Amino acid sequence: MAKIVAGVGMSHVPAIGVAIDSGNTDDEYWTPLFAGFEKSKQWINDQNPDVIIVVYNDHATAFSLELIPTFAIGCAAEYDIADEGWGARPVPRVVGHPELAWHMAQSLVLDEFDMTIVNNMEVDHGLTVPLSLMFDQPQEWPCPVVPICVNVVQFPPPTGNRCFNLGKAIRRAVESFDKDLKVVIFGTGGMSHQLQAERAGLINSQFDNDFLDMMANDPKKAAAIPHVDYLREAGSEGIELVMWHVMRGAIDEDAKEIHRHYHVPASNTAVGHIILENKK
Amino acid sequence: MSVDNDYKDIPGTYVFDAEQSRNGYHLNMFCMALRHEKNRTAFKADEEKFLDAYPMTQAQRQAVLDRQWNEMLALGGNVYYTSKLAACDGINFQQLAAKMTGMELDDYRAMMVAGGRPIEGNRRKADWQNKETN
Repeated sequence: MAKIVAGVGMSHVPAIGVAIDSGNTDDEYWTPLFAGFEKSKQWINDQNPDVIIVVYNDHATAFSLELIPTFAIGCAAEYDIADEGWGARPVPRVVGHPELAWHMAQSLVLDEFDMTIVNNMEVDHGLTVPLSLMFDQPQEWPCPVVPICVNVVQFPPPTGNRCFNLGKAIRRAVESFDKDLKVVIFGTGGMSHQLQAERAGLINSQFDNDFLDMMANDPKKAAAIPHVDYLREAGSEGIELVMWHVMRGAIDEDAKEIHRHYHVPASNTAVGHIILENKK
Repeated sequence: MSVDNDYKDIPGTYVFDAEQSRNGYHLNMFCMALRHEKNRTAFKADEEKFLDAYPMTQAQRQAVLDRQWNEMLALGGNVYYTSKLAACDGINFQQLAAKMTGMELDDYRAMMVAGGRPIEGNRRKADWQNKETN
């Protein structure tokens, strides 16, 4: 049986990818941010998962306004790295796990989560920056990835509660796969940030730290946060945090906090990170 | 169920809701095209001609040509799309954010390093009106 053993929450700021790709991680500006991921790299290396599910949002890359799936699952064998407007990131192609992904797609639809199935998709910084933060700069990514895309660009995104319940359904899907696989799920995006208009640059570290506390101790309370609270309190792009609930729903309610990190800023954004492990 | 517009009183923010998306479709799809190098090259060679393929309003077209970043958002643009136009101009996300706030880049960057724009005084439109009258 496949099993989700842990969940990881983290931001996916594009500037982090630029810093890694340009070799600037030792700059004074970036050192405190990357220092918080040293333990995480060691942890994921020790975990040595067979598959990673990455919950992220596409930023007008693979999906445009032509097609806006609220939830999509990547079932492809591999994914090209997207050119988001300034050339593709120099990172390895992402290898998929079509067998598990197709199984998940079927299970999720029959479990009443009507996923959009994607067989051809370029992946952007939303997926690749988390891989870089956890795995650094390998020649190949160490394991296959199942991408789960959540619309957070077109308002309204799915509710926190819906995302949390999707996580539970993902867990049921994984646990009904008949091969022994060790799976880790990443929930990415956030934390507080606003990239647009006169209020750009908004950061709310109180909101962010409360959110991290709830991720650790009260995930149901976190899942009940209404959209307007993200928009007002965490900035218009802070609403990406709904994707963390998918991760949180997919692991035990009493999962153990292994590591936490918070840093402001990465470019325009507050960076948050948490690792939660199932106890058994 | 009805959709609440309870986010309308957030200052300095355009929530990319149904109305904005309807209004901004062609503007955003123009920006989307700039994801590809060949389109960036064609746009740079002749902006007016490239824009002819996108039936946006005259106001949207002018905002693009004039690089009025907030105006594009007001007219239905979304920042993940307009940032592709910025990238085409060699402007990164932080530089774009600074422009939209009307701050000098150094000042904006310093604000971010110092912890960002605080939430206090930036929650509601009334907060900003009070600031102006004080």
